[in-house]
Amino acid sequence: MSEYIIKNGHVFDPVQGIKGDKTDIAVKDGKIVDKVGSGAKVIDAKDKTVMAGALEVHAHVAGPKVNAGRWYRPEDKHFDSHKKPGITRIEGGKSIPTVFKTGYEYARMGFTFAMEAAMPPLYARHVHEEIHDTPIIDEAALPVFGNNWFVMEYLKNNEVENTAAYVAWVMRQTKGYGIKVVNPGGTEAWAWGLNCLTINDPVPYFDITPAEIMKGLMAANEYMGLPHSIHVHQNDLGNPGNYKTTIDTLKLAEDVKPKNNFGREQVMHSTHLQFHSYKGTNWGDFESASKEVMDYANKQKNITIDTGNVTLDETTTMTADGPFEHHLHGLNHLKWFNVDVELETAAGVVPYIYDPNISVCAKQWCIGLELALMAKDPMRCFITTDHPNAGPFTRYPRVYSWLMSKKTRDERLNTFKNADKVIGATYLAGLDREITLYELAQMTRAGPAKCLGLAKDYGGLKAGMNADVAIYNINPDKFPSSGAEIEKAFGNVAYLFKDGKICVENGKVVDMGQKKTFWVDAKVPENKLVMHDIREKFLRYYSVNEANYPVPESYAPHQHIISVEAPQAKVK
Amino acid sequence: MNTVTLTVKKVPDLFLECENVNPDIFAGKTADQIGKLGAYQGKETSALSEYFTIAGNAGTTAADTKIVVNGDCSKMKYLGAKMTAGEMVVNSDCDMYTGSWMKGGKLTVNGNVHSFCGLAMAGGEFTINGNAGNYLCAAYRGDWRGMSGGVLRVKGNAGSDVASFMTGGTLIVEGDVDIHLGTHMEGGKIILKGNANRRVGGQLVKGEIYVFGKINVMMPGYKPAGEVEKEVDGAKATFVDYIGDLGERHPKSKGQIVYGHLYMKK
Repeated sequence: MSEYIIKNGHVFDPVQGIKGDKTDIAVKDGKIVDKVGSGAKVIDAKDKTVMAGALEVHAHVAGPKVNAGRWYRPEDKHFDSHKKPGITRIEGGKSIPTVFKTGYEYARMGFTFAMEAAMPPLYARHVHEEIHDTPIIDEAALPVFGNNWFVMEYLKNNEVENTAAYVAWVMRQTKGYGIKVVNPGGTEAWAWGLNCLTINDPVPYFDITPAEIMKGLMAANEYMGLPHSIHVHQNDLGNPGNYKTTIDTLKLAEDVKPKNNFGREQVMHSTHLQFHSYKGTNWGDFESASKEVMDYANKQKNITIDTGNVTLDETTTMTADGPFEHHLHGLNHLKWFNVDVELETAAGVVPYIYDPNISVCAKQWCIGLELALMAKDPMRCFITTDHPNAGPFTRYPRVYSWLMSKKTRDERLNTFKNADKVIGATYLAGLDREITLYELAQMTRAGPAKCLGLAKDYGGLKAGMNADVAIYNINPDKFPSSGAEIEKAFGNVAYLFKDGKICVENGKVVDMGQKKTFWVDAKVPENKLVMHDIREKFLRYYSVNEANYPVPESYAPHQHIISVEAPQAKVK
Repeated sequence: MNTVTLTVKKVPDLFLECENVNPDIFAGKTADQIGKLGAYQGKETSALSEYFTIAGNAGTTAADTKIVVNGDCSKMKYLGAKMTAGEMVVNSDCDMYTGSWMKGGKLTVNGNVHSFCGLAMAGGEFTINGNAGNYLCAAYRGDWRGMSGGVLRVKGNAGSDVASFMTGGTLIVEGDVDIHLGTHMEGGKIILKGNANRRVGGQLVKGEIYVFGKINVMMPGYKPAGEVEKEVDGAKATFVDYIGDLGERHPKSKGQIVYGHLYMKK
């Protein structure tokens, strides 16, 4: 494989603490190395910014609900599905792009890894089919467990080891990466026409609370020593006044210690916090609660968060939070898609327009930015749009421009139709902070890599790490003064190296790379009871045969398996 | 006003996507420059000059530009789509999306148009001196935003699913229509001079439909609310006013429920 040396660039690498110094980066055999031979190809990065490849910590980019969005929203792709010149295929869709466009667009922005945020175990095959077809970027998927019958039945009796055995089994069957929790208990309660809006609302029939589900899954996660922590979409998403439930949920992590061999320090990742940081009692008196939430998140060191920034676009919301999507459909009367996934979860899809002329949408926009700007530790706060829920991931460059330039975000803030009302209900106008390039590298590279347990290979430019390198046309000594320039630079990398290969050059995809699918094989002691329960549930309730449940290897031919020995199980 | 005349010299093997044939794109261009504009056929692009002889330069603005298209356009899509001003006359049958997403100006087709024409039209005047296919001035597939403004007149008949999701503007069909007229309508006006088949105004929330002829089978969600005399498209007549669709949610204004109206000529 060819050798490269990237010279004269301004390097930003939180792993080594490099803050814009001119450092040469050497690449050989797909890895960053200390030095290369004189025959190495020289890439001149003079007046450019060099960072590791970025990691997406939470996006809905593959699987049945994304595809439901694609097929029931042909209007999303009608005007832009032409073919661009070069080796790329036709790229269709704005908020729910095709798998090809997904891979290309992430790569053009400098990303090399994306986490599919919610995989229904029963439909894992579809998720892996789409992941396999997404070019360039490495991916993994989080199976959902927060409304799973097995999990609720075991945790009702506080059976953490049985829960862990079941979770490990599902991750092996579905080639899953970790534990995702979506509206714990609430999605199942909805089957009874109810919901769980606080962490103490009991789930009907199962007689367990969201707090118990999350506590138990957290314990099972640390029992197994998984690379990632539990990944939580909290209860009461998107409702005014929900910030109290949010803080109650974050408090569940108090005194829980991370146990793993991956350098992960958090025990709970709380996702798209923007949707969970609302004060007020209705949409009229709706206000930002970002300060209350971040005051707590800043001091509680064993949690990480991501923002869920609203980008003010027409988009397609999709979540395993079935009751929420029904509620949203009642608000905007747009088409509603819903599916119940047997014993496991559910999902809903509703199009949504974040209209800057509507003050609620403008306030949501403010809250997302406030969370990032109030974060004291950029290694624990990551930037997302909860793609496509708060906006398409392709808008990251624009979100960066708002975070990195007060002038740019103030221009937007002050030109809202109800600017006075919006400013009065939010904190954004009073925040002067501008995220630096180093902080951005923490929030989009080193931070998410550490949170996902991938810090050994991803998120930095230290020798031995993956040669995933993004080079941007940004001169830190002459940082772009306009938002449009920032956006352009982050949307079109000068170069993207993926595993030591140039995949994007001047914003144009030139190589499809060799993408890998990551999954976690957690070793737990053999558990006859759990295996018996699984057999029985498949015979009695599942619509498929147990033998047809696993994702065969042919669905993920380029898999990268992370094997984990349960540290606690060995002690026993 | 400058006139650009396009004459078809080659009929495409597949279908030609003429997204670039409208006064807005032509404005400020010479015949030569217009000839170099692209058009998709499948996944390949080619220059307009491959399919048309082009005579005359465009005006400086769309409003100053008139386009006349002669020859067989039955395999051309998107003619006049998205135009905002100026004038366009097509002396042929046209394929899908003709005059769709139109915002202004005047478009005349001296022939028949295929389905999905005048989609989500927002303004201007669109006249079809022939028949129209299905989904005339409806919303695009999957979309919930149909015709919102302007006037569309069809001299002949139209097909099924005409004016779905209409929210504004006026549609006049001088002939007959098939099933599903004005489904999901939330505003605007449909004037049907001929007959309709079935399911007129299903799930209609707001808006007006005038029917001069007969409806084969009436929807069950409508009830008569008296008789009114109205002048519609230059003709005075007495109509039976049906309100509905009663199976649908309806907005309230000043404490009164606002229904949609289906006026049947007596």
